[in-house]
Amino acid sequence: MARFTRGFSGRSRAERDPRLPPGQYDARDDWPVLNAEVTPDLDTATWTFTVHGLVRNPTTWSWDEIHALPESSYEGDIHCVTTWSKLGMSFTGVSVDTLLAAAEPLPDATHVMAESHTGYTTNLPLADVVGGRAWVVWDVDSGPLPRDHGGPARMIVPHLYFWKSAKWVSGLRLMDHDERGFWERNGYHDRGDPWLEQRYQGD
Amino acid sequence: MGGWQTATVVGMHDETPRARTFRLRLSRPESHRAGQHYVVRLTAPDGYTAQRSYSVASPPTDSASDEIDLTVERLEGGEVSGFLHDAVEIGDELEVRGPIGGWFVWEDGPALLVGGGSGVVPVMAMLRHARATGRSDLIRLVVSVRSPDDLYYRDEITGPEVTVVYTRAAPPGVERPVGRLTLDDVGAPAEGATAYVCGSAGFADAASRLMVDAGVPVERVRVERFGPTG
Repeated sequence: MARFTRGFSGRSRAERDPRLPPGQYDARDDWPVLNAEVTPDLDTATWTFTVHGLVRNPTTWSWDEIHALPESSYEGDIHCVTTWSKLGMSFTGVSVDTLLAAAEPLPDATHVMAESHTGYTTNLPLADVVGGRAWVVWDVDSGPLPRDHGGPARMIVPHLYFWKSAKWVSGLRLMDHDERGFWERNGYHDRGDPWLEQRYQGD
Repeated sequence: MGGWQTATVVGMHDETPRARTFRLRLSRPESHRAGQHYVVRLTAPDGYTAQRSYSVASPPTDSASDEIDLTVERLEGGEVSGFLHDAVEIGDELEVRGPIGGWFVWEDGPALLVGGGSGVVPVMAMLRHARATGRSDLIRLVVSVRSPDDLYYRDEITGPEVTVVYTRAAPPGVERPVGRLTLDDVGAPAEGATAYVCGSAGFADAASRLMVDAGVPVERVRVERFGPTG
């Protein structure tokens, strides 16, 4: 159990929103920008998204092609491992279910690696990106997703810490095993459930 | 990286009016690499916790460090930084966890380091490491601060491998006009250099693009952004 810190009482608990997982605070109007690489300037004319690896039909969509798929939205909260959360966000794009339905994962696929145009990667169990829990999105709160937040398009997997929601996403690679992505190799958790505070390897 | 451990505050001093360095004695010494950070967790009597990450300013040592320096900028309304500045006294115990991070670390090879404001902390660990190991020839550090009052480690940081850029107010004798970091300040990066850029989101974005403009390949630019994390 955590030990008390002498003299610390923290912010008024009356303000605490039940939508906040343990150890998180409400960033309110701020949306902090955290990434480890140079923010890329991607042209939607040449942008692509590819599902490959253990799938029956490796598939690549252009910007126009992915927009022609049925639209899907997420309304809810996001949680960053650096302890900020943002409540009541709205993202629009396409459900990962729709993309996987086209590519047809093979029966032995168990995990995915989300890949970015910058070379960033993050690993996820396949089960965490199906069933209406993961999206590739290009709009946030009714406007185009800003470049520094991953625009023109990023993943969102909002039930996990937000580093799993790869910015500038370029595709998903399906795998029959787990493999560590960028932050996971650098000490962060393989799954990253904010309600279990799975921040670092070993949590 | 281990789990949570107790650290005792054994020293503290102000770097600037808004930044204070805390020397912590770890109950379980750990080896760290230059650029890594620790998480500090505060726990209230009712179990409420708040945790934030702070870069280690002290350099790696030959064996596991039993003392580390964390430099903490006091943020407006910062729940954790405000507590650390206002309430913590020598002898207090804090829960910490680390070291964390394996990307924004420097061990060898030519490096162009750029720190904006409080973003100087992890690159200071790199500079200290280079100096301590006699390899400051590998390092070039550019620090950007608003005014002389905002310069951390001012008695130690100056040297032939360091350039300080003042964006709003400069001390007497500085010829460079005040203003934002430019290509001229950065100069030509050494052959094969990796760039390490740390600062606020706005600073990191501008400075990381400057690195690319200066000729550092985009895949050799490592960025650490400080959000308003209280």
